[in-house]
Amino acid sequence: MSSSAEILSQAFTLGYTYTRSTGPIVGQFLTALRDRKMVGIKGSDGKVLMPPVEFDPVSAQALSDFVDVADCGVVQTWSWVSEPRKAHPSDKPFAWALIKLDGADTPMLHWVDADDAAQMSTGMRVKARWAEKTQGLISDINGFVPEATALSEDYQANEAEEPITGIDSPSYLTYNFTAGGATARYLAELKKGKLVGQRCPSCENVYIPPRGSCAACGVATTDEVELTNKATVESFTIVYIPIPNNPIKPPYVIANLVLDGANISFLHLLSECKNEDVRIGMRVEAVWKPEEEWGYAMENIQYFKPIDEPDVPVEEIGKLKKGGR
Amino acid sequence: MAQLAAVVGVGQTKYKTKRGDVSIAGLVREAAQNALNDAQLTWDDIDAVILGKAPDMFEGVIMPELYLTDALGCNGKPMLRVHTAGSVGGSTAIVAASYVQSGVFKRILTVSFEKQSESNAMWALSNPQPFSPHLNAGAGGYFAPIIREYMRRSNAPYDAGIKVAVKDRLHGAKNPLAHLQLPEITMKEVEDSPMLWEPLRFLEACPSSDGACAMVIANEDLAEQSPGKPAWIRGAAMRSEPTMYAGREQVNPQAGRDCAKDVYKQAGIDNPRKDLDCAEVYVPFSWYEPMWLENLGFAEDGKGWELTMSGATSLLEGGDIPWNCSGGVLSSNPIGASGMIRFAEAAQQVRGEAGDHQVDGAKTALGHAYGGGAQFYSMWVVSSEKH
Repeated sequence: MSSSAEILSQAFTLGYTYTRSTGPIVGQFLTALRDRKMVGIKGSDGKVLMPPVEFDPVSAQALSDFVDVADCGVVQTWSWVSEPRKAHPSDKPFAWALIKLDGADTPMLHWVDADDAAQMSTGMRVKARWAEKTQGLISDINGFVPEATALSEDYQANEAEEPITGIDSPSYLTYNFTAGGATARYLAELKKGKLVGQRCPSCENVYIPPRGSCAACGVATTDEVELTNKATVESFTIVYIPIPNNPIKPPYVIANLVLDGANISFLHLLSECKNEDVRIGMRVEAVWKPEEEWGYAMENIQYFKPIDEPDVPVEEIGKLKKGGR
Repeated sequence: MAQLAAVVGVGQTKYKTKRGDVSIAGLVREAAQNALNDAQLTWDDIDAVILGKAPDMFEGVIMPELYLTDALGCNGKPMLRVHTAGSVGGSTAIVAASYVQSGVFKRILTVSFEKQSESNAMWALSNPQPFSPHLNAGAGGYFAPIIREYMRRSNAPYDAGIKVAVKDRLHGAKNPLAHLQLPEITMKEVEDSPMLWEPLRFLEACPSSDGACAMVIANEDLAEQSPGKPAWIRGAAMRSEPTMYAGREQVNPQAGRDCAKDVYKQAGIDNPRKDLDCAEVYVPFSWYEPMWLENLGFAEDGKGWELTMSGATSLLEGGDIPWNCSGGVLSSNPIGASGMIRFAEAAQQVRGEAGDHQVDGAKTALGHAYGGGAQFYSMWVVSSEKH
């Protein structure tokens, strides 16, 4: 086992701006917010639920009876945030609160802009501070404030008329992505320009990239095996559509390649040939980037290119030289 | 000995590119309400709810089952969510069935859905990760090389996939709920459609759909009291295998063969082509019909395409073993629901409720789903007869 295994870690953001359909009930709530109005919905027991829900949480009935609710009410409980985070609605300390608006029977979660925690209390009266410009989002309420607070009502009137039926919902999560031990060792060798797989001690098949175990035998793979730059095309596809966030221009060939001495294929680009000449069994070789560009990445190999060697019979692809020996 | 269970209600939404008129809750509710109506039951008649869907990234709602408890009438009832990638609709139905067969619950509502219009499946299935080359181009890019290998080893004619693409869309045109409605589609139109992942063309790939499917599954006593005809669950099986290991057979995966063998044994099926009247099989890319015909034992290895080309799997050509009379995944693909649609459509066939795409006198049918890198399988056999 190589002793050079360092821990490889990288920040990784997984995210998408979703296009969410609100449905008629949430849509009407958001449409009302855009007009700086609050609407709740009458539940099957006659209680007014705020914010409105599509289906009664007790009886499961579909609800549709909207009820106007005041934009002021009572704090039922609260939690002080002394160090706001980036995603929070306020950059100075504030309170999350469950607020029961006048005319509603259930409390709604929102935030209260108070000077400090001492100003907060259960039972305190608060009123909505509407955003200067509304869009049909929950943030059209720019927090609640103690009822005595004087607010300038210099609002920009909403002129949009189309009811809200959908909202953009950005959802981005940043992870610290850490490569496992087997991957870290493999990438460390790759950074030196070497392709090093791992052999299963049980079935003797050689895996590259190694995953630290053989999924067929359920045992750890520890023996390292240095492989050559040469491979055989096991299968391939010619892709005519772009890969999201990848600069490769279609059409390009993505091939399942089995390195000599390995017993499993990986995907890589095939180039320096006509797409229509690519075939199963074709012999290819890695084309490395200049050494100074090598990093901990399979992209150190720019692509594979055909070499002048006879095709490998299909039944032998990935099965020759079992165990890399 | 497990108790008998049967499908007593089926509900689906219309499948389309974007159901902008409903929330996710509204979408699942529509299917669930349709299933209750079909079974002539109310929310109070349901003991538990089993929900399935594919990756949360498709809609960006993490653990959506929690938010959907109101819409699915789960107040005071057990509910759980199943997740086995693309096969999830099938596995969810099997989990629901097994709770009834075990006697734990008497009558279960099971629902699955996907609202793909809220994001983009190509993104959600191909997002880049650190330390790995980013070469994935959607599910088609993954399956195309496997299809190429099938074509090589079977010597199938180049247009076997085209034939499936046409056949399933013509079936879909008989199903008012199907997303794609292409009653005039021709072989030439499919052949001329843009190549996406050679050898797969645009019209040989499934669409991206919004939709939900639901079923009510009841025990023997309750099924016998049900006003509609029950579809008796004669066998149900799941199998899985790792995506990548040396020597893995990817064209004709072992897990699929084992799963089929298991479900046939339970249902007393010796020869699936002869003993089944029809099948709803997960075929998201045209070539998977001949591939699964072999994997599921309807044809010998290398001969699946012969059945396809002969019209044996076509309802409209009077084939002896019609596959995907509903139009299949190639006509509607709300991913998380697609497997359950196969299971539900199999049930509708044996209940005689399949409308214009009904196979005359169908008594026994297979529902099939697969997912991941063709590594998760779920199958059931339903019949109009108890034994």
